[in-house]
Amino acid sequence: MSARIYISRDSGALCVGAEDVATAFRKALEKRGLKAEIVRTGSRGMYWLEPLVEVAAPEGRIGYGPVRTRDVDGLIDAGMLEGKSHPLSIGPVEDYPWLRSQTRLTFKNCGIIDPRSLEDYQAHGGYDGLKKAIAAGPKAIVEEVITSGLRGRGGAGFPTGIKWRTVAETPPQQKYIVCNADEGDSGTFADRMIMEGDPFVLIEGMTIAGIAVGATYGYIYIRSEYPDAITAMEIAVAKAREGGMLGRGIAGSQYKFDMEVRAGAGAYVCGEETSLLDSLEGKRGEVRAKPPLPAHVGLFGQPTVINNVLSLATVPIIMVQGGPFYRDFGMGKSRGTMPIQLAGNIKHGGLYETAFGVTLGALVDEIGGGTRSGRPVRAVQVGGPLGAYFPRELFDTPFDYEAFAARDGLIGHGGVVVFDDTVNMARQARFAMEFCAIESCGKCTPCRIGSARGVELVDKIMAGEAVDENLIVLEDLCNTMKFGSLCALGGFTPYPVMSALNHFPEDFGAKRRRLEAAE
Amino acid sequence: MPRHEPWNAERASEIIARYRHLKGATLPILHALQERFGCVPEAAVPLVAEALNLSRAEIHGTVTFYHDFRKEPAGRRVLKLCRAESCQAAGGDALAARAESLLGVPMGETTADRRVTLEPVYCLGLCHSSPAAILDNHVHGMLDAAKLDALVKEAQS
Repeated sequence: MSARIYISRDSGALCVGAEDVATAFRKALEKRGLKAEIVRTGSRGMYWLEPLVEVAAPEGRIGYGPVRTRDVDGLIDAGMLEGKSHPLSIGPVEDYPWLRSQTRLTFKNCGIIDPRSLEDYQAHGGYDGLKKAIAAGPKAIVEEVITSGLRGRGGAGFPTGIKWRTVAETPPQQKYIVCNADEGDSGTFADRMIMEGDPFVLIEGMTIAGIAVGATYGYIYIRSEYPDAITAMEIAVAKAREGGMLGRGIAGSQYKFDMEVRAGAGAYVCGEETSLLDSLEGKRGEVRAKPPLPAHVGLFGQPTVINNVLSLATVPIIMVQGGPFYRDFGMGKSRGTMPIQLAGNIKHGGLYETAFGVTLGALVDEIGGGTRSGRPVRAVQVGGPLGAYFPRELFDTPFDYEAFAARDGLIGHGGVVVFDDTVNMARQARFAMEFCAIESCGKCTPCRIGSARGVELVDKIMAGEAVDENLIVLEDLCNTMKFGSLCALGGFTPYPVMSALNHFPEDFGAKRRRLEAAE
Repeated sequence: MPRHEPWNAERASEIIARYRHLKGATLPILHALQERFGCVPEAAVPLVAEALNLSRAEIHGTVTFYHDFRKEPAGRRVLKLCRAESCQAAGGDALAARAESLLGVPMGETTADRRVTLEPVYCLGLCHSSPAAILDNHVHGMLDAAKLDALVKEAQS
């Protein structure tokens, strides 16, 4: 019997040596004359266990990790090919508590299937959503997505189905589906993971969107910092086309849909949807004033659905299981599951998909296991560079769009970056302003000039220069940026700055007392 | 092994011709030019503008807007260290300082022997394994001083 070994090709596994481990296995097997197939998968999202090596066994896949090249011979000697025990064994992967306690809907196949095999995707239920969508027809697809309560996973949280309906209701003409894969927020990697680990689910989601709104062409705009994701998507798009799942007569239907992959060029602001559209058109990635909405006047002036990777990748399971199934997870107005990304100084860094409602404290202390440095957690930034810093006092906040907004924060794209007690929060506030200044598209003054002035102000405060007076100016500047900026870059930079100041005033040398936790 | 060719207008025109049929072809063309020549020199601007029936000002505006496009080629290897929040939280600041001192150049510059360009990058999506870096197109995570030293050595070799 030939064994089957699974090793991730996800860049999160490659960055800790998965390629070398795969090579070492190939060589060791050859030397011993053992027959085994090595399948390269995506990642399960348990990155502290990468390179995670899995072996097919009667009781399911048995995992071993983190495996270094020097462990390979010992593993084979211990009978790993038959799933036998070894100090690195984590047992049956599906039963591993960190994985079992999740609700994997969007990431159901990630880490399991071969992302370069259309057949493997189909063998795991892939394209069942499209089949249902084709049978149901455009109107029913839109209704299903509205029923599911799915909200834009890029950060803004706008209901996906409503966006689709707006585009569907425009008169028949060239329409586009644009996938925003410009995942620039520090602390986030869910888009990258799905593109590298289950690219066909994204293609399927975009195809369903195309059928729903009458669009025949799509673009996936991937940031250039993700070379492995670009390669993975390009391979998958070509395979889908070869397999008759893109192009004319998709899956034997009368529908037509095709797409291409485009690379960004290192501009963070292009993650903002209108700036992304300008970038796709070949222009400077400057933010457009809204209205008109992209749904009416989008890419090349045509009606356009622009959605985040996760929103689109969640559509197939909604089609398969139905809108009510998805809607029944979650809390309040945040329905379904959120792939939460645990990052920074954290013991168990990775992707944890769960229904909305889990508290920040549970995510950081229990699921994340606290800091990797072993020092106390001091601050957690949720939602990327534009998200607020939360102190331990706010760890009871449930993961929910509205609950975070009520505490002057945001969940954004679901990134959670943990800092230990060595962090200087004034420096983090300065960095937020500096990042905004570097990445501002320059179109509106509050963002372009405000961020530069913000850096200067924080510098003065850190130098102890007229601290209380300058803090008043900083607060005023933040208000100007918040209410006067054209998009979220300038508009949300005040979140990290003000939260750092409000929750950690001692780092600014401020005389004022630390604010009480919001109720 | 020189990674890039010296600028050649004829070769550039061939590349442009290959992509000009795309809708919104500017970025794909600029990427292809940089892939070939290691940068997008001034001389490329009028060629792209003419092929796409756009003004030079528009193309100049696009080229200069994006961090990726270089005016002149980088060093033989490009080492980018992530400087974003997640990597800051995991000791990235100290690593950046260490890289600068090992290579003897500040962030954003190329060593005198043109071997290594050291640059900041704002997130590689490897925040689960911070601090992270990318050497050319190869990613590295969970960096510490020893791993960084090895990486810098590899870049210099």
